[in-house]
Amino acid sequence: MAAHDTSKVDAVTGISTTGHEWDGIRELNTPLPRWWLWLFYICIVWGIGYVIAYPAWPLVSSYTRGVLGYASRDQIETDMAALKAQRGEMVARMESASLEEIRNDPKMLEVARALGKAAFGTNCAPCHGQGAQGVSVYPNLNDDQWMWGGSLEQIYQTIQYGIRNEHPDSRQGPMPAFGKDGIIPKADIPIVAAYVVTLSGRKPEGAVDLAKGQKLFAENCASCHGDNGKGNPDVGAPSLTSNIWLYGGDEKAIIETIANGRGGVMPGWAGRLEPATVKALTVYVHTLGGGQ
Amino acid sequence: MSLAEVPQTPDDGDIPLYEARKEIYPQVVHGRFRTIKWIILAITLGIYYFLPFIRWYRGPNAPDQAVLIDLANRRFYFFFIEIWPQELYYVTGLLVIAALVLFLMNAVAGRVWCGYLCPQTVWTDLFYAVERVIEGDRRERMQKASRGMWDLERIAEKILKHTLWLMIAWWTGGAWVLYFADAPTLVRELVTFQAPVVDYVWIAILTFTTYTLAGWMREQVCLYMCPWPRIQAALTDEYALNVMYRYDRGEPRMSAKKAEAARKVHEPAGDCVDCYQCVNVCPTGVDIRNGSQLGCIQCGLCIDACDNVMAKLGRPTGLIAYDTDDNAERRVRHEEPVYRIIRPRTIIYAALIALIGALMLYALTNRNNVGISALHDRNPLFVRLADGAIRNAYTIRVTNKALDARPFRLEVLGLNAPKFEVIGVPQTGANSTLIEAGPDQTRELRVLVTLPKALIAHEKMDVTFRLTDIVDGASATVRDHFFAPEGDYHHKQDEKNVH
Ligand code: SF4
Ligand code: SF4
Repeated sequence: MAAHDTSKVDAVTGISTTGHEWDGIRELNTPLPRWWLWLFYICIVWGIGYVIAYPAWPLVSSYTRGVLGYASRDQIETDMAALKAQRGEMVARMESASLEEIRNDPKMLEVARALGKAAFGTNCAPCHGQGAQGVSVYPNLNDDQWMWGGSLEQIYQTIQYGIRNEHPDSRQGPMPAFGKDGIIPKADIPIVAAYVVTLSGRKPEGAVDLAKGQKLFAENCASCHGDNGKGNPDVGAPSLTSNIWLYGGDEKAIIETIANGRGGVMPGWAGRLEPATVKALTVYVHTLGGGQ
Repeated sequence: MSLAEVPQTPDDGDIPLYEARKEIYPQVVHGRFRTIKWIILAITLGIYYFLPFIRWYRGPNAPDQAVLIDLANRRFYFFFIEIWPQELYYVTGLLVIAALVLFLMNAVAGRVWCGYLCPQTVWTDLFYAVERVIEGDRRERMQKASRGMWDLERIAEKILKHTLWLMIAWWTGGAWVLYFADAPTLVRELVTFQAPVVDYVWIAILTFTTYTLAGWMREQVCLYMCPWPRIQAALTDEYALNVMYRYDRGEPRMSAKKAEAARKVHEPAGDCVDCYQCVNVCPTGVDIRNGSQLGCIQCGLCIDACDNVMAKLGRPTGLIAYDTDDNAERRVRHEEPVYRIIRPRTIIYAALIALIGALMLYALTNRNNVGISALHDRNPLFVRLADGAIRNAYTIRVTNKALDARPFRLEVLGLNAPKFEVIGVPQTGANSTLIEAGPDQTRELRVLVTLPKALIAHEKMDVTFRLTDIVDGASATVRDHFFAPEGDYHHKQDEKNVH
């Protein structure tokens, strides 16, 4: 050790140091084992190979694609195809089964609800909300009042062809703008509205001639909403006797509805979604709780 | 590694790029600890290799393998225990106990795990045994290595050794996959090349790791790769027994002859005759006489080696023994050695092990076959119906851990006259209904609970769902809430305030 630089040897352990010093702390020199060093070199080689083989470097508007032609999108497509194949049997069964059968078979019901929920989340939730709870003028699908009917068949029809769109089978028939189009004189509209309020067992504000209201209702509204205001799902006329008001149930909102009319729309999904998916959606919506 | 052997910085100040591996040729040894190690090796490997073949009849709908990890069906079978994924806390409990047992062993006698039980140690031991049988003991192997000769015999030896190693390694991987499928069936499939590819892949991976780690890496795993020596060093205390060289008795070391002469003239002479037997038998190449060190896995083989030497020389055995550094110092000061196996540390570890063990046993014996969980619809929280009533919807998951299909009664409790409906299931009672769940299965149900407006007492009411097994009466309950719009409830409160 004669020529050895003893200042670089740690006095306590006798191990030489790397010569680096931080705040008086010197680092002991404990070299890596050789195999470890080799692993390090192998990793470098691997890294270079990876960059050549796989997509790696970002370029201005694209990226280096790698000689293997790998793309994660392909993998997704393979996975999706596999998923579809896996579901194939169940989907085929649902396609040939009636809605009633799907709803009454525990296994199909489970699959339909899961499939329907997913389809609802991507296609229907933007309007009706994630839990079909309804948002502003888009109805809540959990409750038991349906403008176009809440049976499996009726819901199926609505989802397939939609409401008030160009499809010939879509639901048609708007609520006319009685005020704007001069069907009911402006002054009489509050009278009809007051009568409508009474249909759901409430008292209108102020004293109004309810008999006149009833007459006006019979003349103008009963053809769709029925004599007793119970509604008619064939023309999308909701019941006026319940606690559920899509466009608001207070007198002011009712006046607004009568004066300017209403005509919500919905797209049809047949042709856009797989037949089995539309069926699943139907069963899902029906089993949210309000199905009839 | 002893200090003397640490590579020093070369004179020109350059730092070596790597630490050259020191070849180790452990010598065969016989004795107490070697025997213990053989027995433990036989038991642990025996369990590992043969456990999957043990049968345990559970009934017609369940596998009859005593220990089985059924990934496809998400079940873990362990003799009479069957664990579902949501019961993974049993495994957590086992792991906690395992960790505490490790700590307790450490508090009592240091790296018992490393020396006797660690798979790395066990398989390395086995591989060394194979090597010794084929290539000879330490001296022979060293000679062959230094000759560097490649005659036919040597080549044959090498091929034989590596073939045997690979066979053991392959069997190790093969046993591993048997824990994940019905063992006899899988064995048949494996030999007829009909087993799933993933099984062959796993066997290949484990063959590779076993062969590399036990055949080639050996002590390098303990020195560089394993975290336990580092953790262990932080956990230990001055009372933990360690394999140590009793320097108070051994020093000054000198040859047997010199020692005899010295003792005659009453000059100090230690018992260590510097024969290097302890170093020669060490599987990690440690010289224990330099004190406790990271490389020492405390296998006790040096104790056996030294005891044999002492016995031959007619000196008392135990020059290397399980002891503590403090005791060596005490003896130097002519004080009595102190052994404290029972001390707060060991008592706490033991108590914790007992506590968690008891908790798990309690949970396990009280585990019932019925399970229920409820998830309230979040969106919407409640629904107003046409007649003004309020409805809440729940997703209820019914679990039947019995191995046959069972009828259950699902009831809603805690609400005044609710309307209760389970989608897709015919109603059988006012606030209850009968449902069936398949063997060893869960069933998800959509449950609707409706209250008329007049009966809503609060915007958030407690509700309980109870599931009862009709067959054996076992039941489980889950609590949730029934939500109502604030208006419905305040309205009534105002009325009350008026009176
Ligand atoms: S150091 Fe690690 S690998 Fe080596 S015997 Fe101990 S626990 Fe096992
Ligand atoms: S020094 Fe002794 S106890 Fe430690 S590893 Fe070597 S032979 Fe085993």
